[in-house]
Amino acid sequence: MDFITILSIFVLACFVGYFVVWSVTPALHTPLMSVTNAISSVIIVGALIAAAAGSVTLGGSTAKWLGLAAVVMASVNIFGGFAVTARMLAMYKKKERR
Amino acid sequence: MHHAAAPPAWVLLAYLVAGVCFILALRGLSSPVSSRTGNRFGMAGMLLAVGTTLIHFRPLSDGRLDTTTMIQIGAAIAIGAVIGLVTARRIAMTAMPQLVAAFHSLVGLAAVLVAAAAYLNPEAFGIADDGVISPVSRVEMGLGAAIGAITFSGSVIAFLKLNGNMSGKPILLPMRHVINLGTLAAILALIAYFTQDQSPWVFWTLTGLAFLIGFLLIVPIGGADMPVVVSMLNSYSGWAAAAMGFTLQNSAMIITGALVGSSGAILSYIMCRAMNRSFISVIAGGFGGDSAAAGGGEAIDRPWKRGSAEDAAFLMKQAEQVIIVPGYGMAVAQAQHALREMADLLKKEGVSVKYAIHPVAGRMPGHMNVLLAEANVPYDEVFELEDINSEFARTDIAFVIGANDVTNPAAKTDKASPIYGMPVLDVEKAKTVLFIKRSMGGVGYAGVDNELFYRDNTMMLLADAKKMVDEIVKSLG
Repeated sequence: MDFITILSIFVLACFVGYFVVWSVTPALHTPLMSVTNAISSVIIVGALIAAAAGSVTLGGSTAKWLGLAAVVMASVNIFGGFAVTARMLAMYKKKERR
Repeated sequence: MHHAAAPPAWVLLAYLVAGVCFILALRGLSSPVSSRTGNRFGMAGMLLAVGTTLIHFRPLSDGRLDTTTMIQIGAAIAIGAVIGLVTARRIAMTAMPQLVAAFHSLVGLAAVLVAAAAYLNPEAFGIADDGVISPVSRVEMGLGAAIGAITFSGSVIAFLKLNGNMSGKPILLPMRHVINLGTLAAILALIAYFTQDQSPWVFWTLTGLAFLIGFLLIVPIGGADMPVVVSMLNSYSGWAAAAMGFTLQNSAMIITGALVGSSGAILSYIMCRAMNRSFISVIAGGFGGDSAAAGGGEAIDRPWKRGSAEDAAFLMKQAEQVIIVPGYGMAVAQAQHALREMADLLKKEGVSVKYAIHPVAGRMPGHMNVLLAEANVPYDEVFELEDINSEFARTDIAFVIGANDVTNPAAKTDKASPIYGMPVLDVEKAKTVLFIKRSMGGVGYAGVDNELFYRDNTMMLLADAKKMVDEIVKSLG
């Protein structure tokens, strides 16, 4: 992909984000923050690439350990973020059965 | 631009689908009913993104799967999963703002580490030719590291302030605007210079300065403005992910970054509007400490009425409609469960009960809604400011608990008031206002006296919020 293609995806995604987020009900703004937290940890993709890259150079092996550390952090966020969001949303669930 | 072989089409497609899942995750939050499906879309998207990466970029040694590295990666994910799940299960809902700030700091630091890894081993990311990183990638990497570092150190300070490890009072350094702008300019200049010279000192200096500016930016901001700060850092964590998405040419990361970036920006805007503060003035800092810091407002000797729990119970029983106005003080006193019990008893008496939420009622956007939901308050009884404000005039009782500034009529009338222009709940229009407060001495965050206390239709219930509600429950039962 060239730079312009990537930029196009980015700009269009900003517009999608703008409209989708305004449609979120204010009652769910806290779950919105925790779930955006979880999905922004998609940065784990970069961490995995760094951790998996085979390299004999010194820079490569440092990069690998930095990658592994980033994998730990991102997965704290992924599991914690989705779990705490699910926990909050479940509290909104109970009321529907009434 | 020369790049290593582009990933095959199925990989690109999988990342795109993951990105779409993330859009659907946010879309689901438009209503509580669809929200859980949305969250599952989010998880599916993440699984797809991680799975695709692990398959396509699997570690190889001599053309065979490098099991040692694979186990290390598995262990790293497992460690993160345990920490994340245990934290998510144990955290108290009142502590959500701290948790979110802590999570933001992790995203920020992860972004810095990924940027550093990409800098040290650019071939693995397909962004270098014979060790020379392409100039565009250098800008993206520099931005990713800088925004990530700001997010990290800023979130750490926000966490310490929200968690009470650090005073909520704004800490004002002399010449801070000059220092901040200078540091910011230096970071931008270094990113520009980085395109000409990829020496390590450039990368590490700009990252170090970014850690410093994150700290300097948040330290002068007072506790009352933390909802804006948390939203803003949410936005930054998104932009950091997007910048790294550009480096990795990964559509899932770019889409997510854009979504999270706009989400945080919109929430900051909503919070600023709810406080009638401009974003610039919040960032400039210096406003509003925590309640301790804001004490000592002038004590005017004006007549006011005091009521007892029995009076309150009697008045509410007779009412047709009661609107409850909760503030963060209610959560601090842990009164939400007792409050719901009170509401249940009133409903049994045939009284209509509603809740009115000001956007800054909690410590972060939507916080009060979560606290009420935790206490089993049905969400269809909870209304936002603009949806319920016109109803106060037709309501018998406004029951204010743990809120103060957001009910102050001075915001509408007194041009000299520091909170003038802030949207407030029109509680004074109700026939009777019951106002729970610990004592007549303290003032709200903004440090201003509330004219509401001295109105003819206001009855002050002076006690700890939970004790008072418990007593009202007793009188009602």
